[in-house]
Amino acid sequence: MIAAGDYEFLQQFLKQRSGLNLSQEKQYLIESRLAPVARKVGLAGVEQLVARLRTAPSGAVADAVVEAMTTNESSFFRDKTPFETFVSFVVPSLIDRRGSRRIRVWCAAASTGQEPYSLAMTLKENAHLLPGVTVEILATDLAGHVLERARAGLYSAFEVQRGLPIQYLLKYFEQKGDQWQIRPEIRAMVQFRQFNLLQSFAGLGTFDIIFCRNVLIYFDIPTKADVLSRMAKVLAPDGYLVLGAAETVMGISDAFRSASGRPGLYVANRLAEATA
Amino acid sequence: MKTCLVVDDSPFIRKVARKILEELSFEVSEAGNGQEALDHCVVTMPDAILLDWNMPVVDGPQFLEAVRALEGGTRPKIVFCTTENHPGHIARALIAGADEYIMKPFDREILAYKFQEVGLIDADALADAGKPLA
Repeated sequence: MIAAGDYEFLQQFLKQRSGLNLSQEKQYLIESRLAPVARKVGLAGVEQLVARLRTAPSGAVADAVVEAMTTNESSFFRDKTPFETFVSFVVPSLIDRRGSRRIRVWCAAASTGQEPYSLAMTLKENAHLLPGVTVEILATDLAGHVLERARAGLYSAFEVQRGLPIQYLLKYFEQKGDQWQIRPEIRAMVQFRQFNLLQSFAGLGTFDIIFCRNVLIYFDIPTKADVLSRMAKVLAPDGYLVLGAAETVMGISDAFRSASGRPGLYVANRLAEATA
Repeated sequence: MKTCLVVDDSPFIRKVARKILEELSFEVSEAGNGQEALDHCVVTMPDAILLDWNMPVVDGPQFLEAVRALEGGTRPKIVFCTTENHPGHIARALIAGADEYIMKPFDREILAYKFQEVGLIDADALADAGKPLA
């Protein structure tokens, strides 16, 4: 059991570094996630690891702690609907409104890459419906080791059987020993970059669509509101924000409002004012 | 209640599959090879068939071809469940009329994902399947 003072320190540390809101009930996570980190850097246990963080709150050990405490759970085509909406509504309506056939997408918590690759496969699969459309996908995540896996596009037999239709496995993956690797033409559609959502978004450019699914749930309300308001600033005025199935902006931020009849899809509120 | 026929020559695999399928609210029958499975389908065509590849008497691909030719045989969703994981095998199974394909080893979550893929269970049942065992 972790000492109360150490737990409080970790709560503060994680909140500041990654925005993670670690509630009191999450103490059980500490041992299972941080004991391996402690061992890896040659420390006896979590207590010694926390002592190290107190004296060195930045650097490689601190990064490893932040990454270990981040939940990376992902399946291909998670919740399905967002991908159908993306290709049947979001991309076509952006193109219709603009005449431009270039779209920029940001996957803001890409984890091991299943979400951006699912978007890329969806686009390939529906290329005949979107002739001449170029989509640039930027995929970011806080955790470096996770992004390395995403970039390699290598998945276990278990991972490729979570949400991926078998026809897609045949079409878009190559068998590599007991793993499966996503084909180079799909990998080439996604650009990966390590990025912390607490940092400034300046330098990322402007996006037409932002996928930010199942990451705000780990933040406290002021952090959620801050991230959402900054996302509104890097989103094109007629762009779309996609949140997780169980998430909402209600009572958190007035930067966005629900796109009527489309669960999980949001538009910036200034568009509502402009067209009102 | 939807019905599922589990076709596998391993009693252990049949037992594991039965347990998972019953938790997903299927009524489960078992067959030890393709011939037993065909005999079952002639009498009662199930909603779903979980099908091994290598079996004595009548194997998975032979069963698949035969059952699809039976009256009502195009209706069941047929999901292969096999250690054969070569893309060539998978392609052959799909051309022969399989709806989905599970590579062993599998678990509850994989089975639920694949059954949702072919419309046998809904998203809520899939979400429940992801929860750890009580």
